[in-house]
Amino acid sequence: MRFIRPDINIDFVGRKKIAFILSIACIAISFLSLIIHKGPRLGIDFAGGTLVQIRFASPVPIDDIKSGLATIGVSKSSVQQFGQQTDNEFLVRTEISHGSDEGFAIGVKKALDSINAGEVEIRRVEMVGPQVGEDLRKKALFAMFYALLFITIYISGRFELKWMLSGVVAAALIGAVYVFNLFNVSIPFLIGAALIVSLVVFWFLELKYAMGAIVALIHDVIITVGIFSIFGKEFTLPIIAALLTIIGYSLNDTIIVFDRIRENLKKYHKKPLSFIINRSINETLGRTVLTSLTTLMVVVALFVLGGGIIHDFAFALIIGIAVGTYSSIYVASPILLAWQNRGKK
Amino acid sequence: MKNFSWKLILVFTVIVAAVVYVLPTFEPGLWPHKQINLGLDLQGGMHLVLEVDTAKAIEGQVERIAQEIRDQLRKERLRRVSLNRIDGNKISATIQDPQTLEKFDALLTKDFDFLKRSPRTEGDASIIILELPESEAENTKKLAVDQALETIRNRIDQFGVAEPDIRRQGEKRILIQLPGIKDPDRAKDLIGRTALLEFKLLDDTGDVNTAVKGNVPAGREILYQVKEDKDTGKVTKLPFLLKKRTLLTGANLTNARVDFDQFNIPFVSINFDKKGARDFERITGDNVNKRLAIVLDDTVASAPVIQEKIAGGQARITGDFTLEEAKDLAIVLRAGALPAPVNVLEERTVGPSLGADSIRKGLISMLIGGVLVVLFMIVYYKGAGLIADIALILNIILIAGGLAAASATLTLPGIAGIILTIGMAVDANVIIFERIREELALGRTARAAVDAGYNRATLTILDANVTTLIAAVVLFQFGTGPVKGFAVTLSLGVIASLFTALVLSRLVFDYILGGRKVKTLSI
Repeated sequence: MRFIRPDINIDFVGRKKIAFILSIACIAISFLSLIIHKGPRLGIDFAGGTLVQIRFASPVPIDDIKSGLATIGVSKSSVQQFGQQTDNEFLVRTEISHGSDEGFAIGVKKALDSINAGEVEIRRVEMVGPQVGEDLRKKALFAMFYALLFITIYISGRFELKWMLSGVVAAALIGAVYVFNLFNVSIPFLIGAALIVSLVVFWFLELKYAMGAIVALIHDVIITVGIFSIFGKEFTLPIIAALLTIIGYSLNDTIIVFDRIRENLKKYHKKPLSFIINRSINETLGRTVLTSLTTLMVVVALFVLGGGIIHDFAFALIIGIAVGTYSSIYVASPILLAWQNRGKK
Repeated sequence: MKNFSWKLILVFTVIVAAVVYVLPTFEPGLWPHKQINLGLDLQGGMHLVLEVDTAKAIEGQVERIAQEIRDQLRKERLRRVSLNRIDGNKISATIQDPQTLEKFDALLTKDFDFLKRSPRTEGDASIIILELPESEAENTKKLAVDQALETIRNRIDQFGVAEPDIRRQGEKRILIQLPGIKDPDRAKDLIGRTALLEFKLLDDTGDVNTAVKGNVPAGREILYQVKEDKDTGKVTKLPFLLKKRTLLTGANLTNARVDFDQFNIPFVSINFDKKGARDFERITGDNVNKRLAIVLDDTVASAPVIQEKIAGGQARITGDFTLEEAKDLAIVLRAGALPAPVNVLEERTVGPSLGADSIRKGLISMLIGGVLVVLFMIVYYKGAGLIADIALILNIILIAGGLAAASATLTLPGIAGIILTIGMAVDANVIIFERIREELALGRTARAAVDAGYNRATLTILDANVTTLIAAVVLFQFGTGPVKGFAVTLSLGVIASLFTALVLSRLVFDYILGGRKVKTLSI
């Protein structure tokens, strides 16, 4: 069986303008959503606060829960349905982290016992104090930063087979981060700065493959974060894990296309680059589609069947895999082409 | 086929090792006694991060030193020195006349030379600021955390939790993991309370009512007795005017246990050690007909009138305890007081029913996702798809074996990692198969196509997987709890899929193609 015929020849490169506009639009919308929502919506892992997951034996209108909670003065809390409608499960969240005083969970249970909606079960309590929230925020950002750093170094070394240059990139990055650190800047800024530095270094050292890969990767992460923001989903520790996985996955696709381009450059050295790129994408298309398909199968299974706790994590992966597949075809490779055209202008 | 046989041995060894490691998880007691542990999010339980308020430990120590200096002053009959604790951790001594200053100085040099002294004059009076030296303060902080760790461990042991994990985290944090705990709030209360037991005399000359209004005499304090009506839940607070001086503390206890009075109401009976018994006898003897307050964490538990001198070193703490409260009080008194209060910085509690749900849902997703992929591969690649499927199943066994061998913890994101691996693991095979199909299309023989397919795809596969591995390793470094579980299964999955695709499925192809002249390949 075969989805993709071996002699397939879709003109991907010819559509790069449409793809370019589409990508820019998606990134713009992502940023717009982030600006409107004043940054990503942080879950209690990062913002601090308390979350209680409760389950009723029978259906209860959400307004009853809200009015029940109002009686114990946790009115500054939000209540939302959790999982499927039939689960009768809800999340109660408040920004306050109740440290040593009587637990928020007990208060919630007492309040909900009083609304006579039947048995209330406390299934999960998560409390993160402001200090720990800040620690976790730092840790998450550092994880993103180091993942990007190592991947940048690996790509610049591996793709151009110039490990010396990769050393230069690493030194430039570490130097830049060190200098920025002297000014005590925030970590998101640090990550942004590190990315810009690596792109500039790639540009001057003519590491075009690394450039393409990193641009595709930034593209994927921004759009995933943007879609999360548009859907009003929260950023938690597992979501950061999903983002890192997406980074790895997106590169995976890109690397396979790039490897083929390198191979075909030797094979068809008289043909123009646009032909070689297009041919390489077409040759690897079967694999790209297939792997994305099998990965999507399992992730969708997880999304549908995995339950509320893992739901958003699976959602992030679905978006990431879809966007990652698109970007390895339409973002990473056209950048190689843009590079070549650079000299002609 | 020398090459073929060492590979066969390698594959066989790896698979057997994985199976041997996986078995004890299902049949406990088998060698090598290594199991896959379930994370708290799967088996239910409580995860707590506490912070020891070490500043309070310093304050407590400084207060004790101030008390010792006062005692010394009384012995030496130096009356014109007033001592006050300032800024929490310093003592300010105000001395009115030079003679006393000289004697006071001598006393400090003799007994309290370890304190840093900074003298100055203010009008006629001399003021000496006494401070703990930095090294001593650091030591106190460290000791406070060590002691808190030990005390909490004792309390949890006595409370009875199977396989608790209690460890220090950073400078002053304590991480506690209690798997399968039934009553998390009770456990939290038991762990978190300071349990400082103090005996203080009531000031029966002063007026409580004026003191409550803010006019507390020197050396006195207002503490409350809190009573909760068990039926209405109404809380009443009764103020007591106490002498600030602590006569005896729970540090002198040897035992505490629950007992019942003639109305079958529980109370906690305590036994003092030798010094405590002697002190208690003296205190009760000196203060017959006065009221002695039993203070627990700055709350008055009871304040009985001393009827007579009590010898024998036994006392009872009464109060409106439920049996459970009395039991917990006995535990915390036996385990000892925390050297400083602790604050809960992070709490994550998962009920057992939710954990079981997560396992069930995780396994169902894994099964459905896995079956979909397996069927798809067979339909799409036929015979070769079957090889990929065998590789996939072995892949999962290898991940499980790896988890068990490392005694790693399986969490819900960890299961998600395995599910993701199932989807991604076939990738390596897909790359190879697509390559083989291309080579076949170029008109090569089956043998040549397989060889070329593997040779050309190997580097690409390695490259593509290294990036995922980098992400997973970074995640492992920075992740906590459940996320770490994801990093573990993802890394294991990547490594296992490299092995199964590059070594194992190759071996199967070699076996099929070996010897006979195979014309067509089912791919």
